[in-house]
Amino acid sequence: MDAEVNRAAAETPPEPPLDPVFEIEMQLLLDAIYLKYHYDFRAYAGASLRRRLRTALERFACRTLSQLQDRLLHQPELFPPLLDYLTVQVSDLFRDPAYFRALRERVVPHLRTYPSLKVWIAGCSSGEEVYSLAILLREEGLLERTLIYATDINPQALQRAEAGVYEMDRVPGFTENHRLSGAPGSLSDYYTAAYGRALFDRSLKKHIVFCDHSLATDSVFAEVQLVSCRNVLIYFNRELQDRALGLFREALCRRGFLGIGSRESLRFSAHAEAFEEVAREDRVFRKREGA
Amino acid sequence: MNDVAFAQRRIDAVVIGASAGGIEALGLLLPALPAQLRAPVLIVQHIPRDRPSLLVDIFAPRCARPVREADDKEPVAPGTVYFAPPDYHLLVDRGPQLALSADELVHFSRPSIDVLFESAADAYGAHLLGIILSGANDDGAAGLAAVHRAGGMAVVQDPRGAQAETMPAAALQRTAAALVMSLEAIRDLLHALERDHAA
Ligand SMILES: C[S@@+](CC[C@H](N)C(=O)[O-])C[C@H]1O[C@@H](n2cnc3c(N)ncnc32)[C@H](O)[C@@H]1O
Repeated sequence: MDAEVNRAAAETPPEPPLDPVFEIEMQLLLDAIYLKYHYDFRAYAGASLRRRLRTALERFACRTLSQLQDRLLHQPELFPPLLDYLTVQVSDLFRDPAYFRALRERVVPHLRTYPSLKVWIAGCSSGEEVYSLAILLREEGLLERTLIYATDINPQALQRAEAGVYEMDRVPGFTENHRLSGAPGSLSDYYTAAYGRALFDRSLKKHIVFCDHSLATDSVFAEVQLVSCRNVLIYFNRELQDRALGLFREALCRRGFLGIGSRESLRFSAHAEAFEEVAREDRVFRKREGA
Repeated sequence: MNDVAFAQRRIDAVVIGASAGGIEALGLLLPALPAQLRAPVLIVQHIPRDRPSLLVDIFAPRCARPVREADDKEPVAPGTVYFAPPDYHLLVDRGPQLALSADELVHFSRPSIDVLFESAADAYGAHLLGIILSGANDDGAAGLAAVHRAGGMAVVQDPRGAQAETMPAAALQRTAAALVMSLEAIRDLLHALERDHAA
């Protein structure tokens, strides 16, 4: 199979026939965003970025990316809504229950051996993953000694995460996921329902710090025992993935744990050798000794 | 006539979109893929989002070419059949490389045919063959239009022969210039692709 992959690399045309003008405009737009707003999308995976920019063109009623760039540079109020197009805010409580079950069964026993714990949730979006992990740690009796850093680049998402309020119609799905994650109790113990919304418990929030942090431009800020970064790396190209994984490697304590999205892999990364598989199917890894 | 149209172009990749009735249609096409096929075949078949897909299990034993579920950042290997995994969009990126995304649903679907076809049209331009099969919604119509706009070859299963005609009919309505073919003709086309391209 590897031979085939190499053959593919050798025989396929080097530059795919992308629309050259759109590519130029996209590059210029990303440069402009970086220079003016200091958000760095230049090393994001091209295909889905292209798609989101095309949607943004419609939304902002622009014919070309150059036009969008012009408006963006001169009307700063347009940047926050654009940021919502550039960052994908799709999430769920206990998304992929098997992942959380793997954390419970394979990681929690090791976490118990630490007197105090730090966990980093990178790309936390509107907080669903954060509350999932906080609830899991509470259920396992570990939350009281834990500090969770929840980071993202989208300020509106961080605000929603901090509020911890979700539409009630999402709760049945949340509840089912929670149950499938091997939870001992009921999800309803952790939220209050009011006015068609579920408000997650204050006592969970006490252990969470929400902050603005970019895997593309910022550096490591703490030593942690567990990093959970799910469905963020797929939006990066390989170089940026390597940067992010390098941050996780540096932030993790000796033999610390890393969990990634169910379709993400370390296979193509420069840091692949630094991690060993703990739960292969569920994408839970552990930093190797000395790595 | 199709053979002639075919001989004139180099096809580097095939994308297929299918929904209701798609598994049966693919059951005719995929096992018939020639062992020496070089173009990769990327497929979005609509499937439930909340459970593992059986598509690889169904088709791998019946195909001469390797059949896999697509992984993010995986280089596109020649002659390999890739299915989009449940609950992720499948795209083609520079390289060419496979890319997955967890973006919003498109036409109530993730994976969505439009997302695959549009990104493949960007990546392969005129050297792409796009095929819309049976289905009961209109995902794929915009995608096939993008394939056609980029100069690629657009093929639609004859709605009259499809188990569910909405999807091929919607694609045809949007791209009137698409070639309408029976499943058998599409199967033969994929063979012709190999023969003409092998030279
Ligand atoms: C699809 S969501 C993932 C949410 C959650 N982790 C999950 O799996 O459900 C991707 C998140 O990554 C964030 N993100 C994108 N680029 C980032 C970067 N450079 N640094 C940190 N977060 C980023 C987006 O703002 C978005 O909230």
